[in-house]
Amino acid sequence: MSFDAWPRLEPRGEPSPAMVWLTPVIAVAATVVSGMILFTLLGFDPVATLQAYFITPVSTRYGLAELALKATPLTLCAIGLATGFRANIWNIGAEGQLTIGAICGGGVALAAWGHEGPWLLPVMMVAGVLGGMGWAAIPAWLRVRFNASEILTSLMLVYVASLLLDYLMHGPWRDPEGFNFPQSRQFGPDALLPIIVSETRLHLGSPLALVAVFSGWLLLARSFVGFQIRVIGLTPLAAGYAGFNQRRLVWITLMIGGGLSGLAGVIEVAGPIGQLTPSISPGYGFTAIIVAFLGRLHPVGILAAALLVALSYIGGEAAQISLRLPLAVTGVFQGMLLFFLLASDVLIRYRVRLGASSHRRPAPAAQGIR
Amino acid sequence: MSIPVRDGAATAGAAIPGAASRLPDVPRLEVRRVTKRFPGCLANDCVDLVLRSGEIHALLGENGAGKSTLVKIIYGVLEADAGDLLWEGRPVRIDSPATARKLGIGMVFQHFSLFESLTVAENVALGLDGRERPAALIERIRLVSQRYGLELDPDRHVYNLSVGERQRVEIVRCLLQQPRLLVMDEPTSVLTPQEAISLFETLRRLAAEGCTILYISHKLEEIRALCDSATVLRGGRVVASVDPRTQTAQALAELMIGSSLMSPQRSPATTGAARLQVSHLSTTSDDPFATELKEVRFAVRAGEIFGIAGVAGNGQAELLAALSGEQPVSDPMMVRIDGEPVGNSGPQRRRNLGLAFVPEERLGRGAVPEMSLSDNALLSGARTQGLVRQGMIRRGRSRAFAERIIRSFNVVTHGYRAEARSLSGGNLQKFIVGREILQEPKVLVVAQPTWGVDAGAAAAIHQALIDLARQGTAVLVISQDLDELFVLCDRLAVLFQGRLSDSEPTGQTSVEQIGLLMGGLFEASIAAAAARNAALAGKETSHVV
Repeated sequence: MSFDAWPRLEPRGEPSPAMVWLTPVIAVAATVVSGMILFTLLGFDPVATLQAYFITPVSTRYGLAELALKATPLTLCAIGLATGFRANIWNIGAEGQLTIGAICGGGVALAAWGHEGPWLLPVMMVAGVLGGMGWAAIPAWLRVRFNASEILTSLMLVYVASLLLDYLMHGPWRDPEGFNFPQSRQFGPDALLPIIVSETRLHLGSPLALVAVFSGWLLLARSFVGFQIRVIGLTPLAAGYAGFNQRRLVWITLMIGGGLSGLAGVIEVAGPIGQLTPSISPGYGFTAIIVAFLGRLHPVGILAAALLVALSYIGGEAAQISLRLPLAVTGVFQGMLLFFLLASDVLIRYRVRLGASSHRRPAPAAQGIR
Repeated sequence: MSIPVRDGAATAGAAIPGAASRLPDVPRLEVRRVTKRFPGCLANDCVDLVLRSGEIHALLGENGAGKSTLVKIIYGVLEADAGDLLWEGRPVRIDSPATARKLGIGMVFQHFSLFESLTVAENVALGLDGRERPAALIERIRLVSQRYGLELDPDRHVYNLSVGERQRVEIVRCLLQQPRLLVMDEPTSVLTPQEAISLFETLRRLAAEGCTILYISHKLEEIRALCDSATVLRGGRVVASVDPRTQTAQALAELMIGSSLMSPQRSPATTGAARLQVSHLSTTSDDPFATELKEVRFAVRAGEIFGIAGVAGNGQAELLAALSGEQPVSDPMMVRIDGEPVGNSGPQRRRNLGLAFVPEERLGRGAVPEMSLSDNALLSGARTQGLVRQGMIRRGRSRAFAERIIRSFNVVTHGYRAEARSLSGGNLQKFIVGREILQEPKVLVVAQPTWGVDAGAAAAIHQALIDLARQGTAVLVISQDLDELFVLCDRLAVLFQGRLSDSEPTGQTSVEQIGLLMGGLFEASIAAAAARNAALAGKETSHVV
């Protein structure tokens, strides 16, 4: 049996620059196709389902605003994470940094309850950023001081943060007039982000996310710190050779990641939620890891990826409601997207060949020997 | 369903003990009009090569001339687009190294193919595709390495081995297979002269036993001493087939580069104050296989080139790390730059004081493979060239700096946007050396300045280093290439097992004496020097009389 007729992967001499940006498109297309097969097998009309999933949610102004709202925390967290990932700093605790940011920002709002003023929102923002940074400082310090893996420490701190939030919600910060529900008071109007598009929930946080995209790009592509981050990520030995201070970069990237996640947290509580509750985030901090890689760790790519992932969330919810699609299907759908993305990444360095190898001659040796 | 073809391996495997080898006029291997094209380059263009049994045949050419491609085709790593290979008169198809090994072709690569996490013996076992018991194999490795003077501990892990020791693994692995055609790609670049001489004896013995050797080297003197015939490649084509014993090294070099070769001009040094001082430098390491430096001391003065010879793995890596600041030492006074104690400082402060550094590994330490040349110019030139302002990269200036390096050092590339990994080894080395030299350092430390670099580029790098020294820079060259050290250096010392010998002015020492020191015979070398001095003294006396 000859294997020559099978499709084979052949290494490319150079990674294909086109494929770097084409593979997400291929992955999305493959997800759509297999999604349609899945819907058909489940007994749903595939076209109607896809429409409910991807078209209907964004066909209204309100829907578009919801999309931007959902993409905002994802973008903020993912930009911060990607900065670290570029330097091989694997902060996967954005969820915890987001929670602490929300606690700090929300805490300021609760403390100022009754004495509010226009100064309150900026102070909340700063408190949220500092809170996220402080939470990220723990893995940074452990890494620099004891060489402890930031993957483990940052992840473990996620659970500490959520338990801390639980404790505050069930105890000290519980709304005294809230019938014992585990949630804080509603924030006063000065503690809420202003709505920027009327008749929607779109608030000032979304433009802030765009500023983060631009700043992230400026940092990574144009600043010397960003250059050091890229060098250390690609070739740590070259960073050592050039004398880049690796500890400093651990601190910088974790502070950026923690700060942006903390900002995302405070934006959530000062935006759509409007109070502190035990469940601030439906896993934005973890989904942001997917978003960061889906966007190729590039700030502009991350923006696109955040919108796509946000759409899959919103569309999933919409399809559940309008078509009674099972909840698990949304997860399967997102899983397929990630699976196809990782699989098609192979195409950057390899090309698919059908049939005989291009550089293989029809065995002259055999002819000669006969 | 395709029809299974009888491939060359099976046929040849059966045919080896046949009549062909008994006929002296049938070549061991004949390469006929082999052509190989890569995207954007014709690596081999109708190349013909005839290797007779028992001859030592040199393959000469600059980097990019197509030597490696041809050799990879012979060893089955690549397959030719057109042309034929005839093994002992029979057409064969060599579609993999395993096929090549079955035919009896062995190869020692310039870039090693060893698994770092395995031991020497395990690596050898993998290459043999046999079922030998490990204990027996270890014994055979010991025997072969002793017989050929290639000291090796079969139980050591490869990740702990120096470049030189890794090459020994490759050579031993090949010799264990008793090849009938042995391809050697720059085998002596990591050996002491004495070791090289004993390797040549081995190769001559192998040749006398009927094994054909295809020998690739840049060391033209070596080829003249060792080889019976030579094929010269240039730009993918055979430009000459000569008897190297009847040619001068100069003539061979000119055949290779296709124009006359400038040999570096070294004027006598006028030295100034000591710019790089190393005193009582000792290091300790947790790694049981690392070499610890012991009381190393030397000084490099402004205007001179100081050379440190030695076989890889004798502390060069540790010394380089201590000098560059990548592995700072406890006592600041151990390393001083222009009198400033920097032993415990990192690379950045040392660079600010005027140190420039060319590491041994070009890709992955001296340059970031995936980054453009302008980014790589920024890597070490950021401060001295003012390429950063208020934390932001001045992209125009880094481009201009990259272009200045490319221009001044004739780096062959399609511009500052090219990724570092797209450059050939020699061109990347020119770029890195150029980047460090153009920063006008006060002290330049260079490791292996021309390893694997072709003759033309090597001459250019040598001249640039000499010119830099003569402008008042203290230059330290750490190399295993004695020819290079003797061409470049004003003074020489030898590093052996972490100790540095006393330095000698180049004019007052000899390759033999340095070679003895490289083998660790400090006392013997001193005795030899004393004897020579006595002889010289005697001569002078006789002159006077």
